[in-house]
Amino acid sequence: MNPLLEREKGLLELERRIDDLRSANEGQRIDMSAEIASLESKYRQLLAEVFGSLSPWEKVHMARHPRRPTTLDYIAGLDAFDEMHGDRMFRDDPAIVGGFARLGGHAILVIGQQRGRDMKENLARNFGMSTPEGYRKGERLAQLAERFNLPLVTFVDTKGADPGILSEEHAQSEAIAASLEVFAALRVPTVCVVIGEGGSGGALALAIADRVLMLEHSVYSVASPEGCAAILWGDASKADEAAAHLKLTAADLRGFGIVDEVIPEPLGGAHRDAAATVTRVLDRVGGVLDLLESFSLAELLDARYEKYRRLGSWRDSVAGTDGVT
Amino acid sequence: MPMADWLRGGRNRDKVREDAAQWVKCPSCGEVLYRPDLSANLDVCARCSHHFRMRAHDRILSLVDGDFEEIARGVLPADPLSWSDKKSYPQKLAADAAKSGIDEAVICGFGSIGGQQLALGVMDFHFRGGTMGSVVGERLTRLIEAATERGLPCVLFTASGGARMEEGMLALMQMAKTTAAVVRLKASGQPFITVLTDPTTGGVSASFAFQADVILAERNAMIGFAGRRVIEQTIRQRLPDRFQTAEFLLERGHIDAVLERPNVKPMLERLLGYARAGRLRRERAELSA
Repeated sequence: MNPLLEREKGLLELERRIDDLRSANEGQRIDMSAEIASLESKYRQLLAEVFGSLSPWEKVHMARHPRRPTTLDYIAGLDAFDEMHGDRMFRDDPAIVGGFARLGGHAILVIGQQRGRDMKENLARNFGMSTPEGYRKGERLAQLAERFNLPLVTFVDTKGADPGILSEEHAQSEAIAASLEVFAALRVPTVCVVIGEGGSGGALALAIADRVLMLEHSVYSVASPEGCAAILWGDASKADEAAAHLKLTAADLRGFGIVDEVIPEPLGGAHRDAAATVTRVLDRVGGVLDLLESFSLAELLDARYEKYRRLGSWRDSVAGTDGVT
Repeated sequence: MPMADWLRGGRNRDKVREDAAQWVKCPSCGEVLYRPDLSANLDVCARCSHHFRMRAHDRILSLVDGDFEEIARGVLPADPLSWSDKKSYPQKLAADAAKSGIDEAVICGFGSIGGQQLALGVMDFHFRGGTMGSVVGERLTRLIEAATERGLPCVLFTASGGARMEEGMLALMQMAKTTAAVVRLKASGQPFITVLTDPTTGGVSASFAFQADVILAERNAMIGFAGRRVIEQTIRQRLPDRFQTAEFLLERGHIDAVLERPNVKPMLERLLGYARAGRLRRERAELSA
């Protein structure tokens, strides 16, 4: 159970009472607007208390919130979408969706990781964890963008790559490694948006891009906090502690230069006004695409190389050129 | 040893400890092996052929003809996350450096094998489990870039538990950084060869380890994306012993060959020879054009 859901219960109760009062107020002789206003002020206060300053671990739960907009919600906000399927070899992995699309004046190719919005869909989509076939589908669609000379937009939302037996047998490592190569060298402009959880190499496989945007309460981490706690301390229940260490928030990653731009969310999180969030994200993606069109391909490829080339933090005891981002 | 000497203390006790360290028990067959003999045998058990995890220095000495020009040696770890759990990250680094005698999990440089020049990077599991943080990524990237500039083939020996947690996302980004360098190396026409040794997992297996033109593996090396424990917890059953071994990957078609350690160097020599033949052929074509 996501602990944020528990904390939102009080808010939902207030929301219901305000709505009831409003509908009762209509056509009534006694004016209850003062009472409504007082409840609304209480509601805003509670909202700020619950969501005003989220800890990293709370942000992990925000990123995993069952009602948080997913890739398909953003795709639904595009001006056109024609889905393309399959890896051409074995299977169509439903944990990755993609196809041709239009966004404002841009014809684009879009690829996103899709988790389920309920248990049934989660089972069908493997909780958004891609198998090698999913990454190969992603690679294929990225190359399709290059073939059609269209900019590529990706949406990242996964706990990580699928850690199952079949995925190992089908070479999960090779699939991710190959995807990284394709994205690093892709000869079209690329934009990535981290919309939920960015889990490790399974997220990075779709996240090498000219511009990486990230929603305010999304997280992006070298390992899931549970995985990190298990690796370091043999105890996945210390995930909250790991989350605090890992520097996985959008603000942290903007500071490291890993994320280029943070997109603000409505108070209380993207799901509290999903439509506005989708519009805001797609507007920003459109703006970034406009910007990227002003560079030549050679400029884009050089800048992409240099951006990743600089990432890291080390001391250089010989040359005296400490590399710190 | 006379009792008087024993009582005199330290030095002799150290000697006893040193002598004891000269003997190593094979974890596979239980044979007690004399350390110098084991080293002379490339850290392979003479009785059962168990491959011990090799130190990067020993590996390089066993491979290159003469001199090894080490690069990026001055690139040393920082502490970008100010990480501290039971120990701070700098304390962990210092402890591993004291234990292993190396200051990071990879050694990079230039040398020749069988008279053929190459860029060579060797990872060492004895430092932080061979995990890739900023230093491993930076040293390898400098090596791969230098190989591209000098027009030399690049050979990497991998041994890694994956990305280094204590450097967070900066560690994960080394996968992207090394990938970008590998893409340029391959585009320049230089061959890229990896030799996967025990163990090669996570962020290293899912980046440069599996991006090579030719992927070799040492016998019985554990190679995979997800750790064995993670998979077992996910599926709630025990995995077969052979799962994620080099031999298993060979059967599944993921790698080019599985080799006993003494056969690795001869194979590399032959592969570098094929690469040189191709280069000469290209040069001839350019001359006649």
